[in-house]
Amino acid sequence: MPQDALFDYVLRMGDNCLVLAQRVSVWCGHAPVLEEDIALANTALDLIGQTRLWLSYAGEIEGKGRSADDLAYLRDARAFRNCLLVEQPNGDFGQTLMRQFLFDAWHHFTLGALKNSADGRIAEIAEKAAKEVAYHLDRSGDLVIRLGDGTAESHNRMQAALDHLWPFAGELTTPDEVDEALTQKGVAADLAQVESQVSAYMEKTLAEATLSAPKDAPVRKGGKTGLHGEELGYILAEMQFLQRAYPGATW
Amino acid sequence: MYAQEVKSTGKPVKSLDEMDPEERAFQERIDADIKIEPKDFMPEGYRKTLIRQISQHAHSEIVGQLPEGNWITRAPTLERKAILLAKVQDEAGHGLYLYCAAETLGASRDEMTEQLLAGKAKYSSIFNYPSLTWADIGAIGWLVDGAAIMNQVQLQRCSYGPYSRAMVRICKEESFHQRQGYDIMMKLVKGTDAQQEMAQDALDRWWWPSLMMFGPPDAQSVHSAQSMAWKIKPVSNDELRQRFVDQTVPQAEYLGLQIPDPDLKWNEARGRYDFGKIDWNEFYDVLKGNGPCNKERMAARQKAWDDGAWFRDGLMAHARKKQSRKMAAE
Amino acid sequence: MSEEWPLWEVFIRGQHGLSHRHVGSLHAPDAEMAINNARDVYTRRNEGVSIWVVRAAEITASSPGEKGPLFEPANSKVYRHPTFFDIPDEVGQM
Repeated sequence: MPQDALFDYVLRMGDNCLVLAQRVSVWCGHAPVLEEDIALANTALDLIGQTRLWLSYAGEIEGKGRSADDLAYLRDARAFRNCLLVEQPNGDFGQTLMRQFLFDAWHHFTLGALKNSADGRIAEIAEKAAKEVAYHLDRSGDLVIRLGDGTAESHNRMQAALDHLWPFAGELTTPDEVDEALTQKGVAADLAQVESQVSAYMEKTLAEATLSAPKDAPVRKGGKTGLHGEELGYILAEMQFLQRAYPGATW
Repeated sequence: MYAQEVKSTGKPVKSLDEMDPEERAFQERIDADIKIEPKDFMPEGYRKTLIRQISQHAHSEIVGQLPEGNWITRAPTLERKAILLAKVQDEAGHGLYLYCAAETLGASRDEMTEQLLAGKAKYSSIFNYPSLTWADIGAIGWLVDGAAIMNQVQLQRCSYGPYSRAMVRICKEESFHQRQGYDIMMKLVKGTDAQQEMAQDALDRWWWPSLMMFGPPDAQSVHSAQSMAWKIKPVSNDELRQRFVDQTVPQAEYLGLQIPDPDLKWNEARGRYDFGKIDWNEFYDVLKGNGPCNKERMAARQKAWDDGAWFRDGLMAHARKKQSRKMAAE
Repeated sequence: MSEEWPLWEVFIRGQHGLSHRHVGSLHAPDAEMAINNARDVYTRRNEGVSIWVVRAAEITASSPGEKGPLFEPANSKVYRHPTFFDIPDEVGQM
C-alpha cells in the first residue's frame, strides 16, 4: 500500500500537468492576441516539462520499466489520476484563464510545500517546477484581476467562468487516504495548510478582480481516484492516436 | 516565398539620372549597402512595397501556425509535443517581430490584421495545404522551413534596417526548425513499412508546393526588378528555387526517399539539378483562394480575432481605469 | 475596430551584459503587462535577466539630418578608442 500510494501521488502531479498542457496547447495559433498566444504556449511548455519529470519518477516507483511516454500514451482513462478541473473544456478564453488560475493557485502552494518533502526526488522536482509555476500564477492572477475589473462584458465572462469552474477546484484541496498517508510521512503537501493558503490568496485576488466565488457550491470530485468525466476519453483518444494506431513504432 | 507576389510600383526602374536629388541620394545609399532607417527619407513606393512585403511575411508566419498546430495535441511522444509546440510558438514570435518591423513604416498591426481577414493581403500559398499525417510535420519542417530559411538568409541583407534586424533574429531562432523536421523524417524512414510510406507520401504532397513558395518565375515576376534595385529582395525567385533544389535533393537521397519529379537530374555542365515544370496554374489558383484549406485558414484566423475582441478590450479598459485611478490619487 | 493596444519598445540586459539593449517591440495595454509580455516574447531562450519597457510614442529619436553634427565630433576624438595608442608588446595585456 505505501508504495502504491506514492505511485498514485506522483501520477496525480504528472497527470494534472499533462492533461492541462494538452488542453492549453490547443490555443496555439488561436489566442486573442499574439502576445497571449506566445505566453500561453510558454505555460504549456513548462507543464509538459513537468509532466516528463513526474511521470518518469512514477515509472521508477512502479518498477515495471514504464517510461514517462508509456504512462502518458498507453494508459486508459480509468488509470489517469488528474483532477476533474484540468480536463474541463477550454470554453471561451475566460474559462481557459479561470481554469488556469484556479489550478495555478493550488499548484503554487502545493509545490511550495513539496520543496520540503521527505522524498528527495519529489523535493527536487518541486524545486524546479515551483519557479515556473510562481510565474504562471503571477500571470493568470493578473489577468483575472484585469478582466474581472475590465469592461462589463469581460467581468461577466470571468464571473460566469468562476461560477462554472469553482465546484471543480475543491477536489484539489480535499485530502483522501493517499494524501493523508503520505502527509503523515512528510512526503505529500499538507492539504489543510495548502487550503488555507489558497483561500487567503483567492479572497484577496477575487476581491481585487471584483468577482465573487459561489457560496456553498458542492465539490465535484473523482478524478484523483480515476473517476473522470466523459471528456477525458476524448482527450486521450486524440493524444494517444499515433501510439495506438501504430503499436510499437518509434517516432 | 513567404511574400510570393509583392506588388511594387509597377513602373520600370529609374536610372540614377532620372531621379530627383533626394531619391538619388537614397538610391546611392542603398547601392553603398547603407541601411535605411525609419526616419530616413524614402520614396513612397519603397515604403509601400516594404509594408506589403513585410506584412505578407508576417501573415504567413501567423497562418503558418495552423497546419503544424493541427498536430500539437497528437504528437507521438512528450518530447515531440514540446518541440512542436516550441516551434509553432516561435512562428507566432516571428510574426510579431515582423509586424513590429512593418509598424516602423507607419502601418498598425490591427490594420494589417484587418487587411488579411478582408482578403486584401496575401500570405504564402503553402499554408493552404492540409497536414494529414505526422509525416507532414516532418516534411513541413524539412521542406517548408528549409525554403523559408533559404529566403530569409538573403533577407538579412535587406536594405531596410528594422526588417533586416528582424531577419537576423528570426534566422538565429529558426535554425532548429528545419532540423527537427528532418529528424522526424529520419525516424520515419528507419521505422516500420507504414512509417516509410507515410514519409514518402508526405514528400510527394509537399514537394511541388514547396517549390512554388519562391514565387513565379523571374520572367513573369513583374515586380522583382524594382525590389531588387531597392535591395528588399536581394536574390531572384528562380535563383532561390534552384538553390533549394540543389540543397534538398541530396537530403532526400540520404533518407532514401524519391522526389516526385521524373525530370529531375543532375546537370554536369551547369553543376546544378535540372527539374520539371511547375504547375503555375495550381499556384495562382491557390493564391486566388481556391486551395484545399484557404477557407479553413481564414475562418480560423477570423474566429480568433472575433472571439478575442472582448479580451483585448477588457484589458485595455482595465489599463485605462488603473491610469485614471492613479491620476486621481496624485 | 476597437482601440489598439499601444506599442512598447523592449530593452533587455542579458546574463553577462553590462547594459540594456533594444531587442524589439510588442503590444500591451500598460507597462506592467508589457513587462510580462516581454518576458514571454523576448526571453524564450533565457536571453535576459532585466527588462525595461518604454512606450514607443515616448521615445524621441535623433533625425537623420542631424547625423552629421551629432556624431561627427566624436569621430574626430579618435583618442577615445584604445587602438589609438601603440603599446609595446613587452608591456603585456592592457
